[in-house]
Amino acid sequence: MARTVIPFGPQHPVLPEPVHLDLVVEDEKVIEARPSIGFVHRGLEKLAETKDFIEFVYVAERICGICSFIHGQTYCQAIETIMNIAVPPRAVYLRTVWGELSRLHSHLLWLGLMADGMGFENLFMHTWRVREKILAIIEATTGGRVIFGSCKVGGVRRDIDAAAITRILGELNEIEKDMRGLTKILLDDNSVKARLCGVGVLTRAQAHDLGCVGPMMRASGIAQDMRQLGYAAFNEIKVEPITRTEGDSYARCAVRCGELFQSLDIIRQAFAKIPDGPVEVKVTGNPTGETITRTEQPRGEVVYHLKATGTKFLQRFRVRTPTFANLPAMLQVLPGCDLADVPMIILTIDPCISCTER
Amino acid sequence: MAYFEMTKLALKWAMTKPATSQYPFVPRQPVAGSRGRLVFTKDNCIYCNVCAKKCPTDALVVNRKEKKWIIDQLRCITCGYCVEVCPKKSLSMDTGHDRVAVTRDHEIH
Repeated sequence: MARTVIPFGPQHPVLPEPVHLDLVVEDEKVIEARPSIGFVHRGLEKLAETKDFIEFVYVAERICGICSFIHGQTYCQAIETIMNIAVPPRAVYLRTVWGELSRLHSHLLWLGLMADGMGFENLFMHTWRVREKILAIIEATTGGRVIFGSCKVGGVRRDIDAAAITRILGELNEIEKDMRGLTKILLDDNSVKARLCGVGVLTRAQAHDLGCVGPMMRASGIAQDMRQLGYAAFNEIKVEPITRTEGDSYARCAVRCGELFQSLDIIRQAFAKIPDGPVEVKVTGNPTGETITRTEQPRGEVVYHLKATGTKFLQRFRVRTPTFANLPAMLQVLPGCDLADVPMIILTIDPCISCTER
Repeated sequence: MAYFEMTKLALKWAMTKPATSQYPFVPRQPVAGSRGRLVFTKDNCIYCNVCAKKCPTDALVVNRKEKKWIIDQLRCITCGYCVEVCPKKSLSMDTGHDRVAVTRDHEIH
């Protein structure tokens, strides 16, 4: 059978961001996938050398538009570790709440994109309708819809008062009701299952060997979640990783659906336990030292490496983002699949190319 | 196995008011606390240049001699850092997103 090379991307209806794959196909089966990335490289890591470390949190937040808050939070945590800054407990809880709101809107965005990718436009619209309610909460509490801008070195910029907490908890009940209906469709509908079950299977051993992170790894049966490290308020709010064992696209969808409700639960627990007090401490001096910080993004583990030498500029800033860790696994599961399933498999790793290329 | 779940949802929404608003005929109501647009109040300003120094995108220029406060709206990311650091509170954040920057010409106040 003759082999053909079909270019996939960088512009493709299922790709919100540019990534290119050369798919070697034999008839309708994919034999090999050769990736090329680098279309949206912006040199943000280099920018750390010329931006004040306090201001750099704005750049860190803009590494990605969807997981922006947790990027800012991870950066702040890294600087606070180097400078031995004790962040007030209230600020830590607020960061946890915003981090989980960010996870909710990211997962709802992805579930919508997945529905759109398989041609289920109606489900896509409804998923984003619910996401809009989360964005409204985020805008009312932080001032921004996707770029929160509320995290700073030494704490957070804004507080959420008791009346707002009651209002948000009420809204979350409504959102949960909506999400229950949508996840029922996403997980039980015949047409959705037909597109996802048994597609792009990644075994537990493969997930482990290829260094997968996040829902991709948890869908293959590895129970690992960076929130178990106890950063922010996660030393007081326990998180049990949501796992599946099938390792296929359906399992990855199911893990993300489960994480929606887990995030809601975390927000409720955080609001129940949130202590009173200040939300920021004054930061003086410049950082000296080196640190590695890991947190759980909606797409998986993100690793920040920072090196500071006592000036207001960092000497080295390096980010290993979750999509970068999941790309090898994606390339592993593509060979052998049908050409028509390629968009779904690429979508199920929840690719964030802006993160990957920074 | 779920049957006709989506149909039920679609039918329900076919008889409900749309979740979207008819923009631009129905303008979006500003959300309290939203970072919409930077507003400068000339009366209090002492032209200390702190806002321009702190601006992460270098969108602000302060000319102390001529008493001019200049903003490049296309560079401003409405982060609100200048509002935080202004010693005389002459900067504030408006909640409206309706005004759009369309020109590279700097706004001089």
